[in-house]
Amino acid sequence: MTAFALTGPASLRRAIAIAKPSALPGFGITFGFALAYLSLIVLIPLSLLVWRASGLGLGGLLGIATQPRVRAALETSFYLSFAAAALNAVFGLVIAWVLTRYTFPGRALIDAMVDLPFALPTAVAGIALAALYAPNGWVGFWLDAWFGLKVAFTPLGIFVALTFIGLPFVVRTVQPVIAELDREIEEASATLGASRFQTIARVILPTLVPAILTGFALAFARAVGEYGSVIFIAGNMPFVSEIAPLLIIVQLEEFNYAGATAIATIMLALSFATLFAINLTQAWSRRRLGHG
Amino acid sequence: MAEARHAFQGHGWRPVAAERPAIRRVLTVVAVGFVALFILLPLAAVFAEALRKGVPAFLEAFTDEATLAAVQLTLLVAAIAVPANLVFGLAAAWAIAKFEFPGKSLLITLIDLPFSVSPVVSGLVFVLLFGSHGLFGEWLQANDVKIIFAVPGIVLATIFVTFPFIARELIPLMQEQGTSEEEAALTLGASGLRTFLTVTLPNVKWALLYGVLLCNARAMGEFGAVAVVSGHIRGLTNTMPLHVEILYNEYNFVGAFAVASLLAGLALVTLLAKSLLEWRYGDELAGAHRH
Amino acid sequence: MRARTGIEAAPAAIHVEAITKAFGATAALDGIDLDIRGGELLALLGPSGSGKTTLLRVIAGLEPITSGRVLFGDEDATRLAVQRRHVGFVFQHYALFRHMTVADNIAYGLAVRPRSERPSRTDIRRRVSELLDLVRLPGLEKRYPGQLSGGQRQRVALARALAVDPKVLLLDEPFGALDAQVRRDLRRWLREIHERTGHTTIFVTHDQDEALELADRVAVLSRGRIEQVGTPDEIYDRPSSAFVAGFVGQPTRLDVVVVDGKVRLGDVTLSAAAPAVPAGPAALFVRPADIDLEAASGPRIAATVAGVRRAGAVRRIELRVADGHPPVEAEIAPGRAIARGDAVNFTLKALRLFPSH
Repeated sequence: MTAFALTGPASLRRAIAIAKPSALPGFGITFGFALAYLSLIVLIPLSLLVWRASGLGLGGLLGIATQPRVRAALETSFYLSFAAAALNAVFGLVIAWVLTRYTFPGRALIDAMVDLPFALPTAVAGIALAALYAPNGWVGFWLDAWFGLKVAFTPLGIFVALTFIGLPFVVRTVQPVIAELDREIEEASATLGASRFQTIARVILPTLVPAILTGFALAFARAVGEYGSVIFIAGNMPFVSEIAPLLIIVQLEEFNYAGATAIATIMLALSFATLFAINLTQAWSRRRLGHG
Repeated sequence: MAEARHAFQGHGWRPVAAERPAIRRVLTVVAVGFVALFILLPLAAVFAEALRKGVPAFLEAFTDEATLAAVQLTLLVAAIAVPANLVFGLAAAWAIAKFEFPGKSLLITLIDLPFSVSPVVSGLVFVLLFGSHGLFGEWLQANDVKIIFAVPGIVLATIFVTFPFIARELIPLMQEQGTSEEEAALTLGASGLRTFLTVTLPNVKWALLYGVLLCNARAMGEFGAVAVVSGHIRGLTNTMPLHVEILYNEYNFVGAFAVASLLAGLALVTLLAKSLLEWRYGDELAGAHRH
Repeated sequence: MRARTGIEAAPAAIHVEAITKAFGATAALDGIDLDIRGGELLALLGPSGSGKTTLLRVIAGLEPITSGRVLFGDEDATRLAVQRRHVGFVFQHYALFRHMTVADNIAYGLAVRPRSERPSRTDIRRRVSELLDLVRLPGLEKRYPGQLSGGQRQRVALARALAVDPKVLLLDEPFGALDAQVRRDLRRWLREIHERTGHTTIFVTHDQDEALELADRVAVLSRGRIEQVGTPDEIYDRPSSAFVAGFVGQPTRLDVVVVDGKVRLGDVTLSAAAPAVPAGPAALFVRPADIDLEAASGPRIAATVAGVRRAGAVRRIELRVADGHPPVEAEIAPGRAIARGDAVNFTLKALRLFPSH
């Protein structure tokens, strides 16, 4: 396997020669160890997945992807992740703005709590959301009583869970950009006669667009692959509220490795495409605005 | 002082780069409301559900042997995964930050890779490697080595999903710090190892702690990847998050939320430590923190 | 029809009356009175922290004040929002909109007007191209600020401020971020633009050469107060306070004593005539050009040459006069033979004397 060859002693020596001469010691051993560890834990397992998928061929891959149940699960994951990321883009922007620009009692607490979805195990989030939005839950009861809205065990529940786990991505991507906004830009806009609304719409928002898009894409990528926080609230009904990651597990339990591999590969391709889009957005904004 | 004094600072004047007070209030309410609804309320629900039947029922949940075994396994997994990724993070950061070599940015991208892989897929790749139908499945069975549906698989999956945490805290910070301090130590006669221990390590200690905290929180809380490789064997291959699922599916809600509250407590401690680190040592952590 | 502003046509005179701005216990501006004539080019000169930028921002409406009035012509603008003051403000770091092209930047002030007052697209395009010609950047409409040099950004910022046909043009350290050669070019060019457009213009600078060379009048600020307002000649030749005398012309300050109507530096009596300062300690400000090594008469001060340096067209020497005094800088012709350690005598062509506090 090529990945093994990369870590072999010959290429190690080459790597040592590759590094520019430095007075500092330890490049060979640290670089060699890091590369070996990376290969063993990440690169080889992931390339095995791709290798397995290539064994299916494009036709086989598409055949599995277009099976009605698989297709439904992929669509559920895709559309709901998109919707949740979009909601987060809007509210995450407002939260980032309020946390950066305003002072109010409890601001530090709210700021710290935005990171909770990063720190809280997804299973815990999952059962908590399920309990909240269940027909007898704190929120679910009133949503049902007032609007006749059922959230838990419907696609809406998936949407709620994906919103929960995606929120910090938008807030934490947009926040530093707002903090670095030059107040003089806003003042310049005002001296030229622009109302506050015009300044926000024409000057501030366009500057934030790359960060908002990046946050949206990160939230989307995370949501597509999310499992723990969703399965408790989703109901997991095939064709209705079954997400793609869950279907992978279902296929595995049926020892259908080909099916699991195919779905996983499609999801992997989707997250790499998202990652690529993020890099493009950032390169574009760097070129255009002269910053990252 | 005969001329009129036109004091108008108190009212009527607002900073040019700011919204009207009414709009500020509306936006603040919207922001706080959204965080309260989507983040604070679920957190409160964990503790409320755990204590729904009173403190004794809550405490009783921890007398269950399977629960205690799950706690033990979680601690064991974190105790392996975190140090392993710590050593990797230090080695990778040293090679990347202190030396110039081609392909460096590709290497950084590859290190971040596990973040963009679904946890379920992270588990799946190890099943494809070591599962009974996997690449090494037959050989492992023949030699009676169990990785999938056993502790080694859980450890591997956990290492995979927590892989980038420490490295990505260290790399930008060490790149920013450059090599001049290490070179100074070497010219003063310190050995390479001594330079690392006395110069490099103290310079990155808070970022290291920060990375370890985040890595540990994820290691103890990982669910999806571990669910795929564990096999859910009670008392043997159940970590705390998996145990939460089992209890929940058995309608033992108090038990499920009791274990969940322990994990939520861990998350809160992590957030508190993280906030303290950012507040106290913000300058000594790497530039912007994006996860 | 709703009037866009009550201010009459340009160029407007600006009156600043008794402006005070408190920052906690300290006063950033402490009773500023200043009249700026219509069409005038006025410099606000002072060290950092003197309040000059704050005053400029107060005139623009970017800063609140504690008391006082700002008048544009006869109109009280004190309570007028910045949007309605019709000022053209050029920020120190230009504050160009990075996501907009040069053309969109310049057109911004026209594009944000309410529909009824907004010029047509073609008119805006024509105005933009006129302004680009004026600032000598024709054809750069489609560029982004990130693709321009510092000097070009500065010109775009000025064109953007001029586009709204402001009542007054306000420039904060307009050349502060540029290197020396570009500064000199832009200085001449700004003077030209001023003469062509005739806007009332106020600019802030800490560079006295810039203020004296460019402005019709200069207001010198220190610690939130105006020390002196006058033409460059008045400021340079007749500083009215110890601060201005010490700030303008790179002088050396010598501590002297006024006794019996005579100024004494150590043992030497510097003037026969009675000075206009009361008896007691006083500060004497000696500029390099004040020192005469050739004079045949007058009170002579003995000194040793402590150093000789070439400075452009002249040579600068450092003269040590007596213990306890800082060395005095003098300018001499480069051809004159002089070396370190030489003993010399000099007289003073001018005596800028102020009571010390």
